[in-house]
Amino acid sequence: MTLARSLGLALLTLVAAFSLLGPLATGREFGRVYPDYVRAAPSLTSHPTQAEARAALDRIAGRMRAKVREIAFEGDGAHVRLEADKPIDRRALVYFERSDAFGPARLLQSAPDGRSLEIVAPLKPLWLPLGADVNGRDLVERLMLAGRISLLVGALGSAVALGVGVAYGGIAGYAGGKTDFAMMRVVDALYALPFIFFVILLTAFFGRQFVLIFIAIGAVEWLDMARIARGQTLSLKSREFVLAARSLGVTPGTILRRHIAPNIAGVVLAYLAVLAPRVILVESFLSFLGLGVREPLTSVGVLVADGARHLQDAPWLLIAPAVLLMTLLYGLALAGEGAADLRRGS
Amino acid sequence: MPRLILTRLLALVPTLLLVLALSFALMRLAPGGPFDQERPLDPAAMARLRGVYALDAPLWRQFLDYVGALATGDFGPSLSWRNFTVAELFRQGLPVSATLGACALGIGLPVGAAAGLFAAARADSAGDWLISAIANLGVMVPSFVLAPLLQLVFGLWLKWLPVGGSGDLRHYLLPVAVLAAPQVAAVARLTRRATAEALQAPSQVTALAFGLPERVRLGRAFRAALLPLLSYTGPAAASVMTGSIVVETLFGLPGVGRYFVQGALDRDYTVSLAAVLLAASAVVVLNLAVDIAYLFADPRVRG
Repeated sequence: MTLARSLGLALLTLVAAFSLLGPLATGREFGRVYPDYVRAAPSLTSHPTQAEARAALDRIAGRMRAKVREIAFEGDGAHVRLEADKPIDRRALVYFERSDAFGPARLLQSAPDGRSLEIVAPLKPLWLPLGADVNGRDLVERLMLAGRISLLVGALGSAVALGVGVAYGGIAGYAGGKTDFAMMRVVDALYALPFIFFVILLTAFFGRQFVLIFIAIGAVEWLDMARIARGQTLSLKSREFVLAARSLGVTPGTILRRHIAPNIAGVVLAYLAVLAPRVILVESFLSFLGLGVREPLTSVGVLVADGARHLQDAPWLLIAPAVLLMTLLYGLALAGEGAADLRRGS
Repeated sequence: MPRLILTRLLALVPTLLLVLALSFALMRLAPGGPFDQERPLDPAAMARLRGVYALDAPLWRQFLDYVGALATGDFGPSLSWRNFTVAELFRQGLPVSATLGACALGIGLPVGAAAGLFAAARADSAGDWLISAIANLGVMVPSFVLAPLLQLVFGLWLKWLPVGGSGDLRHYLLPVAVLAAPQVAAVARLTRRATAEALQAPSQVTALAFGLPERVRLGRAFRAALLPLLSYTGPAAASVMTGSIVVETLFGLPGVGRYFVQGALDRDYTVSLAAVLLAASAVVVLNLAVDIAYLFADPRVRG
């Protein structure tokens, strides 16, 4: 266990805890939109600020067909006097409750003609540490969701790639001869295909359903795994225990499953350390292009694309998901340090 | 030697045909077609359209016709970029993408090699540690993250460079930097590893005992890194010179990267197949070039 490895595991744990346990900790309603805080900047203090409260008040007053005359902020509430040309309908005070900035308003005093109301509305504190996105959704919550998607993709996509690759490579290696040659030429040809073309068509086959996208990604990334599995199988199949099994009349399928697969498991699992970050990258790339995960779900790629569109007025929308993705990838790479050499067979 | 090269070149043809056949099959079996719109076309009009583009023949027949036309250098008309032939589209876009890629590689190789050499010479120093950490990060940071970050820092905050568009040299600095960054990182890692390993060899100890200057010893050790670098350069050049959808979209450059994505999305059969063929030939041809370069660089391969 080197220093780099422990650092990598620490980063991974951090990301996993953030995205898996985070939603439990915030206890907020998932996917909640805060129209009053669209593109709110990251801050250490909670919303609404006085300026935001004033803006929200103006909007509420407008809906009540009234004007804000006096505002005084005292304690954790706003003391407001509203005036209008016609009597104000008091039922319209529910607009306070419906806004993101205020709790239910309390009527203190009303002029006899009903054209002036004095009310106290408590502020509804909300902390958005990383701000809100262009639709007014809490960015931290979006990041947690994106992190979960990335981890899920990493697990599912790698599992598919591993399954397909080991089966294909194992069969090719064990069969040998012409079968092996033909099967590996297909792998070579698929290697030469531009991968984005391949993924797009696979997603067309599989449809754009959530899980199927992961499978499509796994179905693209199995090629390396097939080569590794084939190489390992080739070196195993002439070993005594395989020969013994064959001479006892065990079928090739059973030999592959019972004798070969367990013996190549170590190498194959080590290669997962290379595969998982690649799968995660492919998913976020697809989502960046708008071909992956769809709303209301999100992914790091979607968030980065959003951020790239709002560089000028909301740079944190880019920086936050970029940091999340890099932490995850760096963590995986450090944790799997040295596994990359396996491909070379050393 | 020329005989060997010729046979290897000929051997590429079946590989490319296999790639072409695979992608042709994938393209055609995928649901959807080039003329699908949100509102379905009138069946008679659709049939006529398919007739005009000869899409109504049996698939194998179409494939043979397509390959036959390719042999005469005819890539066909684009199905979604109306009034453009595929050849026209690529003739306009390829120079842009190839130039960007060549610049990225031209910067990536020397800078990466220098950084890797420096790190290897001072193995386990703070400098080495820093270079390795940056290189590890660099091979991982995807272009779609790096590009907007660079735009943000150099375009919007520092206001040194334009954020996008084509124009004078300054417009190409950021795109080239985005393309070059992973190359620099990968080359630095390769060079550092190979050179550091070679510095441990007994011959190096002898050289040290004879009092050869560090420059000479490093130069000798660096030779060990040349072969891995050579095999890295082939596929890297192939991928970086055939265009990057991310860089071209984010910086608004008219390259060929978008044809890979848009062609496949629109089921523009001819554009997609040409893009696939371009990428695949770049891969196999440059890999062959690397193999041939190996023959010259490494006497052991010549046997």
